[in-house]
Amino acid sequence: MATVGLESKTFEKFADVVGHDDDLNYLNHDHSVLSWLFTLDHKRIGLLYLVTITLMFLLGGALAGAIRLELLTPKGDFLTADTYNKAFTAHGIIMLFFFLIPSIPAVLGNFLVPLMIGAKDVAFPRLNLFSYYLYFAGSVIALTALLLGGVDTGWTFYTPFSSTYSNSYVIVMAVGLFVVGFSSILTGLNFIITVHRMRCPGLTWFRLPLFIWGIYATSVVQLLGTPVIAVTLGLLGVERTLGVGIFDPRLGGDPILFQHLFWFYSHPAVYIMILPSLGVTSEVIATFSRKNVFGYHIIAFSSIAIAVFGFIVWAHHMFTTGISPYAAMVFSLLTFSVAIPSGIKVFSWLATMYGGSISFGTPMIYAFGFLGLFTIGGMTGLFLSTLGTDIHLHDTYFIVAHFHYIMVGGAIMGYMAAIHYWWPKMTGRLYSEFWGKLSAGITFIGFNFTFFPQFILGYLGMPRRYYEYPDEFQVLNVFSTAGATILAVGYLMPLVYMPYSFFFGEKANSNPYGGSTLEWTNTTSPPSPHNFEKTPVVTEEPYHYHAKEAAVVSH
Amino acid sequence: MATTEHSTHQPAALSLYLLTFGMLMFLTLLTIFAGFQNFGMWSTPIALGIAAVKAALVVVIFMHGYSSSPLTWIIILASMFFLTIMLGLMLSDYMSRGWAM
Repeated sequence: MATVGLESKTFEKFADVVGHDDDLNYLNHDHSVLSWLFTLDHKRIGLLYLVTITLMFLLGGALAGAIRLELLTPKGDFLTADTYNKAFTAHGIIMLFFFLIPSIPAVLGNFLVPLMIGAKDVAFPRLNLFSYYLYFAGSVIALTALLLGGVDTGWTFYTPFSSTYSNSYVIVMAVGLFVVGFSSILTGLNFIITVHRMRCPGLTWFRLPLFIWGIYATSVVQLLGTPVIAVTLGLLGVERTLGVGIFDPRLGGDPILFQHLFWFYSHPAVYIMILPSLGVTSEVIATFSRKNVFGYHIIAFSSIAIAVFGFIVWAHHMFTTGISPYAAMVFSLLTFSVAIPSGIKVFSWLATMYGGSISFGTPMIYAFGFLGLFTIGGMTGLFLSTLGTDIHLHDTYFIVAHFHYIMVGGAIMGYMAAIHYWWPKMTGRLYSEFWGKLSAGITFIGFNFTFFPQFILGYLGMPRRYYEYPDEFQVLNVFSTAGATILAVGYLMPLVYMPYSFFFGEKANSNPYGGSTLEWTNTTSPPSPHNFEKTPVVTEEPYHYHAKEAAVVSH
Repeated sequence: MATTEHSTHQPAALSLYLLTFGMLMFLTLLTIFAGFQNFGMWSTPIALGIAAVKAALVVVIFMHGYSSSPLTWIIILASMFFLTIMLGLMLSDYMSRGWAM
């Protein structure tokens, strides 16, 4: 029987539902390169995304390293001002559009959505492969822009600098983002239709795993929001190339209009990044607490509420740009409303753990990290949604710290929890729990060392996006750079022990963590090419651990 | 379920598509004509009104909205609702910029 560290005793009794399958699975049924490049199997497409976004993450991480090295000293002695501008622009674009947005939806959504709803594949497998190649093409175009000389506008492409003054490769990068945006739209469309149309018998909406609710809400945001950024970047290109006045005041345009359109997508994009992690956290906490999720319905609806509220708060990014103070007041009030569904989730997770039989597997350690960091990120967001404090904190390192707590501390910790939780299902192998827990701990410590000092720096007035700073800020910047090296170790460790486990790891049985959803209970590890030997029939709620434990005890 | 869905999508007659195309061309010419007239404050609403009619034709005829299921119409209406939110909240900024505090 496969073991999972100290938790094995708890999990063994659930572990033989399907058993390890040495026979045909989606990894070994065809080894040719073409079978991977032209696969229509959602699981293989998920792995294609995994490899590609990991490469992009490494590139984005290297650029972050360059930024932190430059900020180690007050003077610009590592990068020039221009190179620094291009470095933080590339870091932002790569991490957001090419890593975070496709991370959980494209990798784990592809792998898990059909498995979790008892389907053989997504609704449109060819469209799914096409989405991957759109992502790949967008990445190549964006990397081409970087190789040609890069972009210096910041990832926000604010006009009129981006439309009129910047002499960097704005158009090429915009085309790359336009293409990758359609990958995101098509993936969202595919998942929405899959969840609506392909649920197995008995799997009603309120029997869906909460990860599916998270992915569904994310897909809605992708589908409704992404076309706006595509159109906005298109308009930017039209103004830059043809001189049509849209955003440039000299041509009769309005630069604030660009910010409205940009943030109408880019604020909900934050929820594209965080909603899947919220779903992952629900799954991991339920499994590792051996308890039904407290407030299942309210957690499911809060995902939808976050998706909806996410669309009506965007102008909190623009409080200092000269927008109407009346509109600013409305947006400030609306922004506070997002805290409600987020808070509901956090309290529900705590209530789920209360009285549970908690075990500390690697995914749970990552989920704990997510809980703490997401909460800090969310609470500091309230500082920024308050009109008065935002005036003081806007465009300082406080903002940088806040959104990294959400998008790195929240979204990436959730992604790491997810990868570790479903790795045995994806590969049929167990990674080392020791190295996994160590990596989770180092990531948590490194992250806080990196970004907590930036809250203080921002509060003291250090602006973002400058490559030099006054001497009095150096101590905290050294802390931050030192923390970044620790964080890098935490992120690089899984790149060693996870691939190692893929080749040499102990074989995993079908359900090593005792999960209760269909991918654990009805498929082998790794799953067969068509997922299920026979279509599952669902007769109960997704997290019925009490009933299961009681049944085991009675035997 | 899927069969039922497909059965509702009867391809429309070619003449309907040609008629719709003709109307879209006519409305485009109308937009250009209206652009050269001075309607004062009504210039933008008239241009947007013509554009809305053209969009409706595309959704209903070319995108087969006329024979789609209620679920598809929910998606169409939800998209329009979100467009309304985007434009409405954006206009809340532009329309109240001149107001005194």
